[in-house]
Amino acid sequence: MFIDFFYLMRAKGVPVSITEWMTFIEALYNGYFQSSLNHLYYIGRAFLVKSEAYYDHYDLAFQEFFHGIKTEGLELDKVLDWLENPINKLPKLTPDEMAEFQKQIEEFRKTHDMDELMKQFRERLNEQNERHDGGKKWVGTGGTSPFGAYGKHPGGIRVGGESWMQSAAKVASERKFKNYRNDIILDVRQTKVALKKLRELKREGAQDELDIDETIDKTAKEGGEIELVFSRSRENSTRLILLMDTGGSMLPYVELCEKLFSAASQMEHFKEFRYYFFHNCVYQDIYEDVANYKRIPTEKLFSNFHKGYKVIFVGDARMAYSELFDINGNIDYFYTNDKPGLEWLIRVKEHFPHSVWLNPTHKNYWGHYTVETISRVFPMFELTIDGLKDAIKALKSRPKKLIQN
Amino acid sequence: MTGSSQGYSGSDNYIAAKPLMEIVNVAVALQKPLIIKGEPGTGKTLLAHSVMKALNKKLLIWNIKSTTKAKDGLYIYDTVQRLNDARFKDKDISDIRQYIKMGKLGQAFKSDEQLILLIDEIDKADVEFPNDLLNELDEMTFHIHELDEEVKAKHRPIVIITSNSEKELPDAFLRRCIFYYIEFPDAEMMERIVRVHYPDIENKMIKEALKRFYWIREMDGLRKKPSTSELIDWIKALMLGGINTDKIANEIPFLGTLLKTEQDTDRFARFSNAQGGLGSKRRY
Repeated sequence: MFIDFFYLMRAKGVPVSITEWMTFIEALYNGYFQSSLNHLYYIGRAFLVKSEAYYDHYDLAFQEFFHGIKTEGLELDKVLDWLENPINKLPKLTPDEMAEFQKQIEEFRKTHDMDELMKQFRERLNEQNERHDGGKKWVGTGGTSPFGAYGKHPGGIRVGGESWMQSAAKVASERKFKNYRNDIILDVRQTKVALKKLRELKREGAQDELDIDETIDKTAKEGGEIELVFSRSRENSTRLILLMDTGGSMLPYVELCEKLFSAASQMEHFKEFRYYFFHNCVYQDIYEDVANYKRIPTEKLFSNFHKGYKVIFVGDARMAYSELFDINGNIDYFYTNDKPGLEWLIRVKEHFPHSVWLNPTHKNYWGHYTVETISRVFPMFELTIDGLKDAIKALKSRPKKLIQN
Repeated sequence: MTGSSQGYSGSDNYIAAKPLMEIVNVAVALQKPLIIKGEPGTGKTLLAHSVMKALNKKLLIWNIKSTTKAKDGLYIYDTVQRLNDARFKDKDISDIRQYIKMGKLGQAFKSDEQLILLIDEIDKADVEFPNDLLNELDEMTFHIHELDEEVKAKHRPIVIITSNSEKELPDAFLRRCIFYYIEFPDAEMMERIVRVHYPDIENKMIKEALKRFYWIREMDGLRKKPSTSELIDWIKALMLGGINTDKIANEIPFLGTLLKTEQDTDRFARFSNAQGGLGSKRRY
């Protein structure tokens, strides 16, 4: 059944809706696909997939569904080879013949359905293993079988023929759009799009925007004497603090963090944006530079910034047991801490209820003891576009009460 | 069936990929709005101009800004003007009609011929903007409250919408549209595009310039990758400056036309040093 393609796409993660599927089917029956797989691929994509982030999922579904056309059974190149240089080209049709041809198409549509045709197509291709021209059954050129190029079978499936950029199956199997997947990469632009969700519009600042409605109201009340009313313009009031781990285990993720950082710093929409660094865990000091040279007391965070600030931690949350739980347990030999790291983290969470932790490592590796503990303090998300989106949702929602264990 | 022989098939000054042409045709035939997304400089806006030329229809452009509201596209009731007129009593203000001005969408609806309506950079507006247009684009009608009048499209305009993906568009809106993502053109396609702009450019020049261009684009960590329009400018600069083709192979003159921020220029310098001269090694 062709509807299986719909379910397959959904299973592969393409968010196709019924509306979209129905428009697609409508277009299918109106013959916009010229019965060619290439049309089906490109036009189907335009109808069913509404973001380049899902192009790759679509490619996978397409590949799997048109199974025979993928790898086993049918190698499209082989088919194209048969169909190249057809011995007898398409005969010129007179208008009468054209009309007859049209009629046949109609009839064909009534008696055949697309699924059946697809199935037959695969079967034929499996049976056939040599070039075929003319004739009624096999895939080839110039014949009246429903399959092949330059043939006259109405409504049949066309293979190759007039050249498209590339064959659909090939495009699908190349998976060109892999890099656009939301769950894999994080690029500056996408990150900015995601961060933009953080904005909160509030009326603030000087009253410099003409309030038309109020003006009209006032003027009418004054009996036509024009009275101008101004109000404050809407501004973004988001304040963000980014705290980044500079520990050695973070090295592989430096580039990823850089991207997040450059996106956040390029955002003009934040009322305020601050960033600090820490080494593995936060203690009584945090740092203003990557090299952990310019030290400022963590207490300053609490005194300088009110609890409306949103805090994003970026780190792998992976450290030695002692670094999180012990006094003087930190990794630096010349540094002492009289409170364990965990206590500091909890203090941060208590002061800034809107705080989350972004972890550049994959979820599968979060089994580590310190990672688990920290994820109980801060909601933890993967440092991917999807993860970031969830994190931002969490930042905007009402914070959950901290569960002390 | 829509053969590419009739309908849209690109125009003299715009090279469209084959699938894109087909999709334009299907969108026109099915009367669905077409959303074009892609990196800046991949020719989204130009597509509308090209469709205009190819189909020989008039083009209305509605440029969206961050302050644009959906209602602005339908009509504007100029209350301030009316108020002013009322004050000086030199005009008959009882006819509200003269203060109702049609927006771009309203104009497209009222037109006696079918128009192409380009809603440019829809993502610039507020998040709710596309949703506010849902009904109008679906039914192609809207209501003028002040006159209690229904405006219905005489001919459904061909709607082309572009987005730079600065914001995500709402699902309900996307569901009603046809979507196409313009990929960044590959070298072969790019060569054709450049030739459209400069038909008599030397072969060697174009090859070298494209090689450099893609080499720069491949660099990691650029804030803004150079796009088609930057390439076109750069090639123009090279041609006007009478730069020798061999020179491009060894250095990059007029780098400023390709890279626009200081960080990117720094990054470029570091990158090319690390590679031991320009492009002596290709990284893959």
